[in-house]
Amino acid sequence: MLPLLPLLVLLLSFLAGSSQTVVSGKVKDNRGRPIQGASITIKDTYDGATTDSLGAYHFKTTEKGEQIILTTSIGYKIQEQKLTISGAAMQLDIVLKQEPNELTAVTITAGSFEASDTKRATVLNPIDIVTTASANADVTGAIRTLPGAQQVGESEGLFVRGGTAQETKVFIDGTLVNNFFFSSVPDIAQRGRFSPFIFKGTVFSAGGYSALYGQALSSALILESVDLPEQSSASVGISTVGLNAGFQQLSKKKNASWGVNYSYVNLIAYFAAVKQRPDNFKIPAFHNGEVNFRIKTSKTGMLKFYGYFNFNKLGLRRPDIDSIDLKNAFRLTNFNIYGNLSWKEKLTNKWHLYMGASYSTNTDKIGNELQDQYNAPVMLSVEPYDTKSFQLKTNGDLAQIKTVLERRLYGLSAIRFGGEYMYFTDKNIFLNEYATNDISTADDHFKAAFAEADLYVTNDLAAKLGGRFEHSSLLEKSNLVPRVSLAYKVGNKAQASLAYGIFYQKPEKDYFLRGYAYNDLLYTKATHYIANYQKISKDYTLRIEAFYKKYHDLIKTYGNNNNGMIDSIGNGGFGDAKGIELFWRDRKTFKEVDYWISYSYLDTKRDYLNYPYAIQPNFAANHTANLVVKKFVAKWKTQFNGSYTFATGRPYYNIRYNNSSGKYQIADQGKTIAYNNLSISVNYLPTIGNTKARKFVVWVFSVNNVLGSDQVFGYNYSYNGLRKDPILPTARRFFFLGCFLSFGVDRSDDVINSNL
Amino acid sequence: MTKMFFVLLSLAIASQGIAQSEKFTKAMTTTITQMDSAKTADDMLAASAAFERIGDAEKNQWLPYYYASLSQVIYAFMKNDMSNNDALAGKAAQLLDKADGLQPNNSEISCVKSMIATLRMLVNPQQRWQQYGATIQQELDNAKKQDPTNPRPYYLQGQNLRNTPEQFGGGCNSAKPLLEEAKKKYEAFKPASTIAPNWGRDQVEKTLASCK
Repeated sequence: MLPLLPLLVLLLSFLAGSSQTVVSGKVKDNRGRPIQGASITIKDTYDGATTDSLGAYHFKTTEKGEQIILTTSIGYKIQEQKLTISGAAMQLDIVLKQEPNELTAVTITAGSFEASDTKRATVLNPIDIVTTASANADVTGAIRTLPGAQQVGESEGLFVRGGTAQETKVFIDGTLVNNFFFSSVPDIAQRGRFSPFIFKGTVFSAGGYSALYGQALSSALILESVDLPEQSSASVGISTVGLNAGFQQLSKKKNASWGVNYSYVNLIAYFAAVKQRPDNFKIPAFHNGEVNFRIKTSKTGMLKFYGYFNFNKLGLRRPDIDSIDLKNAFRLTNFNIYGNLSWKEKLTNKWHLYMGASYSTNTDKIGNELQDQYNAPVMLSVEPYDTKSFQLKTNGDLAQIKTVLERRLYGLSAIRFGGEYMYFTDKNIFLNEYATNDISTADDHFKAAFAEADLYVTNDLAAKLGGRFEHSSLLEKSNLVPRVSLAYKVGNKAQASLAYGIFYQKPEKDYFLRGYAYNDLLYTKATHYIANYQKISKDYTLRIEAFYKKYHDLIKTYGNNNNGMIDSIGNGGFGDAKGIELFWRDRKTFKEVDYWISYSYLDTKRDYLNYPYAIQPNFAANHTANLVVKKFVAKWKTQFNGSYTFATGRPYYNIRYNNSSGKYQIADQGKTIAYNNLSISVNYLPTIGNTKARKFVVWVFSVNNVLGSDQVFGYNYSYNGLRKDPILPTARRFFFLGCFLSFGVDRSDDVINSNL
Repeated sequence: MTKMFFVLLSLAIASQGIAQSEKFTKAMTTTITQMDSAKTADDMLAASAAFERIGDAEKNQWLPYYYASLSQVIYAFMKNDMSNNDALAGKAAQLLDKADGLQPNNSEISCVKSMIATLRMLVNPQQRWQQYGATIQQELDNAKKQDPTNPRPYYLQGQNLRNTPEQFGGGCNSAKPLLEEAKKKYEAFKPASTIAPNWGRDQVEKTLASCK
């Protein structure tokens, strides 16, 4: 009998095979909407079907008994369910659950603008930074066209929502950057030190930023450096301001790379061609070097190093405001080194690790000299001339380490926590008529611990809850702050968000280095409330944001005469800022034209420094608007960029000490003329899209303030208050012309070329 | 008696094996026909799902996954909603990975890899050209190396150039030599079996005709 068994089985299965069962039904999502294109399968068989536009399916099967039905559709979780097939026609309706998806889920956006390649919900991408006409390839120049940022021409940094430049901090790969901008020169805004090409992602938070960052009352600019290059390459560039050359080598296995860059900037030719208002007796010259390496430590791990060094010198002379025949000669020598090492790794499916360490040292040698008509030094022992000549050497180092661990929870939810340690050492050596080698130092061991959770209640509702603890050894004080954001999807591609947070910042290092008297300095403090609505599609971005920010414990300075000397400081300052901001970007309406409009309304008052009471600070304009336009003309291989910025006038004050009342008071005040700036830039890319080209060429031409509109950034007052001089840009317009070439060393298409 | 048992048993297993492979070939042939005659994007998606079912049931055949991925890519092109390409390309890549795991270094698979990169590039050509352009080229080069007789990488490259604006080095003039090369290779090309990849011949003719 035994041998007959397999035959019997075979026979039975054939018999069974001859009868077919029809299975049919509908596939819907959890809101009852039909899903088209879902695939239904009996596991491990060929049998199944795809749903039609009504979500309906039907198929025939010869399978019998208990089977597993698999249903899949892009964007939904795989559904597995048992079905016993008896032979009679079967009806099976299936409900699919949405898969948590970064592309469609709500994102926490209140307060921040993100520019990146990887996520879709971005407002700007990295290319935008280099093609914004007014930016001149400066990262912060492009950020200044976004709502929330002020147009301040006399001083570097980002002035955000009624905050000072010091209230915005910059982070590269997670760690704080000291001296992100070139060292200050009186009344001339400086550029950021770093090339926009080393960053692949930018988050500009105008408020309510994450608990992973701290010590910025107003805003955080979070930059992420690039990963491995696509291929090895060499580059050279020449422009009206200097030369640069670089090399990048990608390993054969494409798992590591290293590179070097060097640039030399000298404005001698430019200043000869375009007349400058100050007398530049030492033409600005900069040596910049960069080194980097990036190593893929595993399939998911990446180790990156970026090192930077800069040496620059400049000197400029301007008439002295207190006399007719004297001049002030300002000199600056800056030496800066910055190094950043970061490591990212996926430890397990759920755990991610991020570590970063950075070190920077910055030395500025600043000298100011009172000079006569023939540029010879003058010593006068009467006020205010006695304190005008001085020498200052400042040295600031920062070493820090930061660790963040991330644990993925269900769906897109995650919890992050970690800590950071920063060691600041600052030293000033000051020399003038009254002080000889006055050395002051300030060290701070700064520690912070933080935790943050992204909780996705559904794909449409998310909350970010965070807390941060900080301790500064310099202040001998700790703080603990909450940060909360909520985001809710209010329709297709639209969402509404709310954010609240408390932010602390220690007083600037200068307050500790200049010998002022104080007792028990506190952290300065700001509380943010933000409401936001945004709608982002492929072609349009609309964003409306309203904010209210309250300042507490701002630094007040006290003195007892008019020479600008400060005796003591305290935390008696306060203020607030509120406003509405609008952003609209449209890539579709006009053919091949991409434009954005931003508008900021700001209402702010503060009582800080020597202000007699709460007034609108001199860096705040009530209305600021930007129009940025980009058009690529394929026929000419040329991109045309234009930008127009308008800002209402900013207030200026002459705040003087009144001996009889023993207080500071406003002796004079006014408002500057409105700010107008039309800038254009043209990029010509003759080799774009040419796969046969061995070199890639970019020509850049740009003009800032094409119309030559008058721009006044404020006024300087003489000691006696009788004279005021406008603060003007160093030249009416700025021109730039450059040619940049890059050579792919390892050209994969050489193969094709030889085939053709 | 026991001998008899084993003979019968092996016969049963063998016949089932043949039946299985016949069933596979038949199902593949049917689904390839379904794919070739797909009139709408939805028909193409249905073919892709059918291929995936065959792949999942067979587990060690690369062709079903290859076709599932290819038809997913064509579905995306037929849909012509570039903003959704990332999700569709993701699905196609997932299917192709399975084929690649079963049949590494295959010229046909490299061709589909380049097509997936094309899909991803088209989401935002200005921004993504540099990244995905390199991948497209790399995969086509691989395909040529892996099987020099395969006409499809030449066809795809010609097609890509045909669709690239002239001022970017594309257009008919650049595409023609590649399409001619592809045509020559198609004439000599013999598919390995009835269900092995054998597509693109008509499209080459069409593209060439459009260039006249």
